[in-house]
Amino acid sequence: MIRAVIVMNTQGKPRFAKFYDFQPVEKQQELIRSVYGVLCSRAENVSNFVETESIFGPDSRLVYKHFATLYFVLVFNSSENELAMLDLIQVFVETLDKCFRNVCELDLVFNYSKMHTILDEIISGGQVLETSSSEVMKAVEEISKLETASNSINFVSKTVSGWRG
Amino acid sequence: MAGSSLMDTLFQRTLDDLIKGLRLQLIGESAFISKAMDEIRREIKSTDPQTKSTALQKLSYLSSLHGIDMNWAAFHVVEVMSSSRFAQKKIGYLAASQSFHEATPVLLLITNQLRKDLTSTNEFEVSLALDCLSRFATVDLARDLTPEIFTLLSSSKAFVRKKAIGVVLRVFGKYPDAVRVCFKRLVENLESSDPRILSAVVGVFCELASQDPRSYLPLAPEFYKILADSKNNWVLIKVLKIFKNLAPLEPRLARKIVEPITEHMRRTGAKSLMFECIRTVVTSLSDFESAVRLAVERTREFLVDDDPNLKYLGLHALSILVPKHSWAVLENKEVVIKSLSDVDPNVKLESLRLVMAMVSDNNVAEICRVLVNLALKSDPEFCNEILGSILATCGENVYEIIIDFEWYVSLLGEMSRIPHCRKGEEIENQLIDIGMRVKDARPTLVMVGRDLLIDPALLGNPFMHRILSAAAWVTGEYVQFSVKPFELLEALLQPRSNLLPPSVRAVYVQSAFKVMIFCLNSYIQEQNIDSSSYVDTLVENGSESISARECQDASASASYYASDVREQVEEFNPRGSNQPPKVTFAENDRETMSCVQTCTSASLEDSSSSLGSIVELLNFIQFSLGPLTWSHDVELLERSRNLLNFIELIRQQIPDSLNEKDGSSEMELAEISKIVELILDAFSDDFGPVSINAQERVPIPEGLILKENLDDLEMICSDIQLPKGSYSFGNSLFEERADSSILSQQSQQESESSNATTSLLSEHRKRHGLYYLPSDKTDDGSNDYPPANELKLQDNLHDDAAHLVKLAERSLALKKKSNSAKPRPVVVRLDEGDELPVTRKKPQLNDEQLSDAVRDVLVGSDARPTSSQANQSSKPSSRRKGKEKQNADNLSESKENLGDVEEQSSNMVDTRSRRTHRHHGKDGKQGSLEKKSEKKDQAHKKGKRHSRQKAKQSGDASLPVASRTVIPDFLL
Repeated sequence: MIRAVIVMNTQGKPRFAKFYDFQPVEKQQELIRSVYGVLCSRAENVSNFVETESIFGPDSRLVYKHFATLYFVLVFNSSENELAMLDLIQVFVETLDKCFRNVCELDLVFNYSKMHTILDEIISGGQVLETSSSEVMKAVEEISKLETASNSINFVSKTVSGWRG
Repeated sequence: MAGSSLMDTLFQRTLDDLIKGLRLQLIGESAFISKAMDEIRREIKSTDPQTKSTALQKLSYLSSLHGIDMNWAAFHVVEVMSSSRFAQKKIGYLAASQSFHEATPVLLLITNQLRKDLTSTNEFEVSLALDCLSRFATVDLARDLTPEIFTLLSSSKAFVRKKAIGVVLRVFGKYPDAVRVCFKRLVENLESSDPRILSAVVGVFCELASQDPRSYLPLAPEFYKILADSKNNWVLIKVLKIFKNLAPLEPRLARKIVEPITEHMRRTGAKSLMFECIRTVVTSLSDFESAVRLAVERTREFLVDDDPNLKYLGLHALSILVPKHSWAVLENKEVVIKSLSDVDPNVKLESLRLVMAMVSDNNVAEICRVLVNLALKSDPEFCNEILGSILATCGENVYEIIIDFEWYVSLLGEMSRIPHCRKGEEIENQLIDIGMRVKDARPTLVMVGRDLLIDPALLGNPFMHRILSAAAWVTGEYVQFSVKPFELLEALLQPRSNLLPPSVRAVYVQSAFKVMIFCLNSYIQEQNIDSSSYVDTLVENGSESISARECQDASASASYYASDVREQVEEFNPRGSNQPPKVTFAENDRETMSCVQTCTSASLEDSSSSLGSIVELLNFIQFSLGPLTWSHDVELLERSRNLLNFIELIRQQIPDSLNEKDGSSEMELAEISKIVELILDAFSDDFGPVSINAQERVPIPEGLILKENLDDLEMICSDIQLPKGSYSFGNSLFEERADSSILSQQSQQESESSNATTSLLSEHRKRHGLYYLPSDKTDDGSNDYPPANELKLQDNLHDDAAHLVKLAERSLALKKKSNSAKPRPVVVRLDEGDELPVTRKKPQLNDEQLSDAVRDVLVGSDARPTSSQANQSSKPSSRRKGKEKQNADNLSESKENLGDVEEQSSNMVDTRSRRTHRHHGKDGKQGSLEKKSEKKDQAHKKGKRHSRQKAKQSGDASLPVASRTVIPDFLL
């Protein structure tokens, strides 16, 4: 089971965080900080696994991947395969890339809800449910359509916010 | 109200605006956030759902990434969740999944909303509800929504069905009775042709089976089919994980799955699947030689891969194999040893573990040598990792693998000098422990301890302090093995010892006491032995002694004076301000210093037991400990006062005996010797190791209340620190007498080796020349200390990897090395309870309800006649046993459960008895649960229960057949 998905930049600013077992917000921030503490001290070209039992408790493993200015982190237990989790990060990033066309950190900053939509299609309740990025894209697009359809009725506020933006 | 609401709507910041503002940071992040929070608090109360939901979206953003609490908004979350617009509903659900947890009170309000959404025709709404449920389903929610989930489990839309499967895990965990409803449908999904659904359901079973594998054994045929047929790597990985848990329970199953797994290993190109196959084989199928061989072959490919991930995992796989198949590591030892100096910390650690797993009594010396050399040039973290594992491995089972303790003790000494060493506590413990347990190692211990104590540079390193404390204790306790006790005393009382924390210094003082007593005693004994030549010796040394005595008098008066002044000062300013008098002390000290210097110069070194040297010894102690008589640390104060007062006692006798130089001195001597002997007696009792259970054997005195709440005390004495690391008196396990043969043999060795360290001492003396003798002849010009922890072995470490490999080659290959010419010394081991009893991992008994439910369902629904019969026959019999015990109270039940865990070596009888307990526990709990659920959906439940009772009855008929397996014949 997957216990957390965290995306943060190389300065340690969290860009996205989802914990599959409930953690109070202060604890979340603390966990993110300690993960960053471990990651930032690691050299390039070393293995992508980190022993994190001291941070996340027994039976927890951590896999991360470093893309440009971002760390993608997955925390999981012994029911998952380490290499498969690396692949899963790849799937997640690929999907983001398809979604935003050459994804960069700024896309993630401004598309907080969309990231959640995407990830919820891949992982639900800590279980990996979808591993094909095209399937995920299909669902995400339909959800977006549905969202805009339900929003278009309310058009005053939309135009106003568009004008302000 | 309406106006403000409109304003809010018109000029509300969207989430994008918020993020932009945050990035601009015109007024600082926290100020901006608190401003935004003010807005959110206002907006979220708006009657306009759009405004409200946008506010909530912003709030959940801030909560997730900036750690803002959003529990206060729980009710608003519920409001937004119930919006009819999908976009708003989605925001609400996201916020709920982020902030709700089991204790959130509003969860009681959302049952109907969730039910509505779960039955919605819009699959995405269903998915939102399922997602949320998988995060925070409580017992109530799980129970109330089980029927809806049951329906969704066979939904025609794969999108919905896979999510429903995902949620089942949480529902089962919270509400085990849901198993009776949903399990069959879940199992049916195992036969789905849709890989996504299959992947989801296998994932759920993987998770369930990791908690309680035995319950899922009956499903083995289904899993086996997937293992053989599926082409999806994700699915295969999960199935392998399931089998990894199932195979150890059922040897026939293991035999069956070996073949398809090896087939996958041969065929697959996916590393993840390959690794999972390897892991399954090495963990659960390690009895199948051919499979293991293939796995090791594949592991080798991982090991030589450039990808550090694969290398790491390969090493990890090997480490699983070590206990049963050490040959696998031997075959790959080159890679393993080379990996010790890899750049990747994970790889290094893993190979270190492997190397340590290979250590045996034959090669421990070589491997430790290699590792210590490696530690010298590693980064601090890995260095300590190495040291820690050496200490742990060598100390295992009361130093089981150590034969040559002299070597090991010197290794400890060497390790403590490694620059990054942070293992002070472990080394301290082992030094003392070895001292107490291994009699033969004591001479070496004293030697090593002396070398550590004598090096003044070590005192500056706070990580050394604990080791030094052990060294001081060991040398003091076993001073009879020391050749030059005077030198020891000097080391113990050196001025730089003021760098030590008081607790360690107290040990130093106590050790000095022991050493001094030893010196006095040996002097007295010598006098007694040749009392006839006593006078001659005195005459011979006469002039020298007299001059020494004069000095001594002067110094004594000086120090008396000093201490008098100090006491006065103490009286006037009981604490703190002792600044002004310090100046005068300095003068006094200098005076005294010169005296001591001249005195000690006379004879401290060469003739250790002349009277003069004894006097100087006393002076030296008195001088060094003087300042401690006004220490703020009670322990230190008391011990130094003890010592000083003792010296006073002795001193009254000694000068007289010097003066008279005739027969009456013998009488005086006799008096001293009486005192010394008394003290010596006090010290002569040996410390032994204490059994960990010793405390239990002490009966608790009557009237002693141990469980009283002492919280009030903490307030009163919060600033008093309890002394740490005290050693208790054990009854002496040895008959202690100084073994003269060892002593002489040892002294020879020591004098040889001490040459090197005396140069250290001399350098130190030079630095503090005022205090010490102008020392031996071997004075070289260097003015400074050598660095405390010099890297001496640097030069021969260039080609380390090759060197390591070579060394390891030798040590690992030559299994039968005949270096054990010396027999292993006796290591005292207490008959029982030496180590803390290893508490085995307790299987999660709190999941009992779940596993019982699963077993019930599996047994009830199993159509295959053979297996179901076997099951039913075994289960009800145990259930009956459970019923007999039903009167037992909770306490006894928990005891029984504990007992189960301990005797986990599951032979037939044990397993059966465990089942008994489990079912026993279940019957109670389940009964109450059933009562509860009956209120809810009566009709449903009744049917189920009825069928179960039937099963029970039919089982009772075939009672005596006891079989513990639930594997259908299909597999055999």
